[in-house]
Amino acid sequence: MKDDEYFPFDSGKSENPVTLDRREFLKLLGGGIIISFSVGDLFALQERRRGSGYPEDFNAYLRIGEDGRVSCFTGKIEMGQGIITSLAQMMAEELDVPLKTVDMVMGDTALCPWDAGTFGSRSTKYFGPPLRQAAAEARSVLLQLASEHLRARPENLATKDGAVFEKKNPEKKVSYAQLAKGNKIERHLEKKPPIKHYSKHTISGQPTDRLDSRQKVTGEAKFTGDIRLPGMLYARILRPPAHGAKLKSVDTSAAEKIKDIQIIRDNDMIAVLHKHYDVADKTLGLIKAQFEPSASQLDNTTIFNHLKKSASEGNVVTEAGNLDAGKGLASKTFDKAYFNHYVAHAPAENHTAVVKIEGDRATVWASTQAPFRAQGEVARILGFPSQNVRVITPFVGCGFGGKNQGQQIVEAARLAKLSGKPVQVAWSRKEEFFYDTFRPAAVIEIRSGLNSSNQIVFWDYHNYFAGSRSSEPFYNIPHHRVLSYGGWGGRGGGSVHPFGVGAWRGPGSNTNVFAIESHIDVMAEAVGMDPLEFRLHNLTDERMKRVLRAAAEKFGRSFSKAPSGKGYGIACTDYLGTYLATMAEVNVDKRTGEIRVVRVVCAQDTGEVINPEGVRMQIEGCINMGLGYCLREEIRFRDGRILDENFDTYEIPRFSWLPKIETVLVDNPEMPPQGCGEPAITSMGGVIANAVYDAIGARLFVLPMTPARIKEALSKGRDASSATNRSIPLSVLP
Amino acid sequence: MEKIISFRLNGKNVRITSSPERMLLWMLRSDLDHTGTKYSCGEGFCGACTVVVNNEAVLSCQYPIEEVNGKDVMTIEGLQQNGKLHPLQAAFIQHNALQCGFCTPGMILKAYSMLLKNPQPSYREIVGDMEGYLCRCGSYNRIIQAIQTAARTMKGQRS
Repeated sequence: MKDDEYFPFDSGKSENPVTLDRREFLKLLGGGIIISFSVGDLFALQERRRGSGYPEDFNAYLRIGEDGRVSCFTGKIEMGQGIITSLAQMMAEELDVPLKTVDMVMGDTALCPWDAGTFGSRSTKYFGPPLRQAAAEARSVLLQLASEHLRARPENLATKDGAVFEKKNPEKKVSYAQLAKGNKIERHLEKKPPIKHYSKHTISGQPTDRLDSRQKVTGEAKFTGDIRLPGMLYARILRPPAHGAKLKSVDTSAAEKIKDIQIIRDNDMIAVLHKHYDVADKTLGLIKAQFEPSASQLDNTTIFNHLKKSASEGNVVTEAGNLDAGKGLASKTFDKAYFNHYVAHAPAENHTAVVKIEGDRATVWASTQAPFRAQGEVARILGFPSQNVRVITPFVGCGFGGKNQGQQIVEAARLAKLSGKPVQVAWSRKEEFFYDTFRPAAVIEIRSGLNSSNQIVFWDYHNYFAGSRSSEPFYNIPHHRVLSYGGWGGRGGGSVHPFGVGAWRGPGSNTNVFAIESHIDVMAEAVGMDPLEFRLHNLTDERMKRVLRAAAEKFGRSFSKAPSGKGYGIACTDYLGTYLATMAEVNVDKRTGEIRVVRVVCAQDTGEVINPEGVRMQIEGCINMGLGYCLREEIRFRDGRILDENFDTYEIPRFSWLPKIETVLVDNPEMPPQGCGEPAITSMGGVIANAVYDAIGARLFVLPMTPARIKEALSKGRDASSATNRSIPLSVLP
Repeated sequence: MEKIISFRLNGKNVRITSSPERMLLWMLRSDLDHTGTKYSCGEGFCGACTVVVNNEAVLSCQYPIEEVNGKDVMTIEGLQQNGKLHPLQAAFIQHNALQCGFCTPGMILKAYSMLLKNPQPSYREIVGDMEGYLCRCGSYNRIIQAIQTAARTMKGQRS
């Protein structure tokens, strides 16, 4: 069993995803033609979906307004990844309407069909096909309506730019808007119409600018913290100094003296509310509280041993052949361990929520990747039926998996109920670092062997708490086994960590690809092969070879046996069906230990590309963000306390880090579109570690590769030549 | 002790009574509903709260409102002129120099004040001036391109 195959929450198992009855629903939408996405009926579908987990069926619909504008409703949310554009392109293409007439309505539980959440680079891959199908169905319905309107046979009609016209007489036409006028009907088709072949696309597949950028450059774009309601109070909540620290005593007397302050105490929660955020915040500082110390005694230096000791029985993620047989074939064997520290999501926008309660109904605005989950949570905490809670998701300022969790939403709901006022909870940066569900610290051990032809004959992979995504070998290895001793999520490993951990952009994969691709280079060097040649030699997967060659062509430099002093690195991977190869050039200052990443080339095969510009933006963003966990990002903690509280000590990539970035989109339109929000970040650890080794002949087995660790590795010499690195002291802090 | 503070906000006179040590960020966001100015790190490490005071980019989360008395404040809402986008805004759109968009107002306003002083900055100067401005989505390359494009456009408009 793969340990990360569950979703980071109960995908609606105990939730009631049905939000409105039909009449209410139509009233909310107003006039226009409604075409259900589903084979049957949307509401029946939602009923069926109750308790069935993540939907496999169509889960969105569209509306053609009387003004000719088309609304596309999706439970997905926009957090920067750009589906506001690519989903609109997909719909405009199948419906034959200009892209500029499409309005995306996203993440509103009252308007949008149920969705598990926006994560895992799944929106285009899994939501795209039903979206296309629905738009194709809508187009067919419009053809039928037009046939009645124009008194022409449907087969003699065609569609373009939001209108139906007679093929032989294009002047004879009717716009979708005219067809929509006054209609409030639903039609279903007996037979599903086919979707367009990609060769017929004129909107999908074209590089397209973001549809949300005008709002975002003018300040008009609303994020959750920008919601203003009459009478709204900002809440600041008393927090413990450490995870696991219990409140001993509290004195709120000084805070109570502040004008217009409302103080709420409810079991574990003490909050200060005021109409201005900063006044509430300052008043919170007047509360004197004492806490019991945390029982946790872990810190960055002891965490890896702790993880190894906490390992559960290994789950087989995948296996083939027989490891012992493979070992018998090996003439050279390798045994290495790879480590990475906790990493924060550090979104630009802190977790924020606004909750307004009126009678037995609540409206929630939240920075969340999972609005329908939030709906269920708020309903539970307020004791309301789900359908009485509406969650609206404004623009989200970064997510990366960190906003799958909605603690701040529950806090705002509780405080709105207790105060009787609309309440906004906006975490401070310190709270963001404290309650973040970090990318888990993890350990990977790999034992492997090569035969005399330099082929990998066995691969024995042990994964401690990274998560198993991208851990399945894509190299041609006859005897292999991948074991996982605990995943990245809350289950099967969450309790071993001294604080929350969770999905972090490319969960599991960042750690796995770092370990796998570092280890491949260790073997290549040992047999005197250059790392590109060694990879191609051990691959039979033609698609992977193709992306490697595409990257190499763009990179335009030849690899040599490492360490060549040139500072070139390679890493490749298969991220949930998206193939990519990354090549990098680095300079390393041996004196200071500073790594300067000069250039990164990434070739990606993501199947059919909907928005080439959008894909490039995601690859570039992945490369820039990925440099953080390669070079600096590491949450430092001690005894339950998080020592990094802001960007002064927790360094994320900045302008001066920017390498020259080149992207190659490998053409593969026959394959359905794959995800692209995450894949390119997952190869960053491997490519930079390999480039660093090529530059200085010292291998880094620990992420991030801080200057201190570089200097330590240099002082040890060429570690890769030794049999194992198990004795590596892991005590070095940045 | 509350004080009366007067300043110009995007060209309009504003007069407020408030305790003077409050930070401009919160005055803008919570008293004056100018929400284009963002709260992110709250301690002056990220640049998201940047506004322009007397043509100088300042971190509004660290800027006591007392100091704004008598000055000209421009937020992202005030950058458009008569509904026309500023060349920086147009260039950010053209280069798709944003993803989530949360840092964007701060980026644009910092670049605006930089271009006032240095209308044709080199790549290196842009990186140097923008260094304290964080974009977690990693749009740095496109932001630099957008600033370069805007600088060219503005030069064309002046000549």
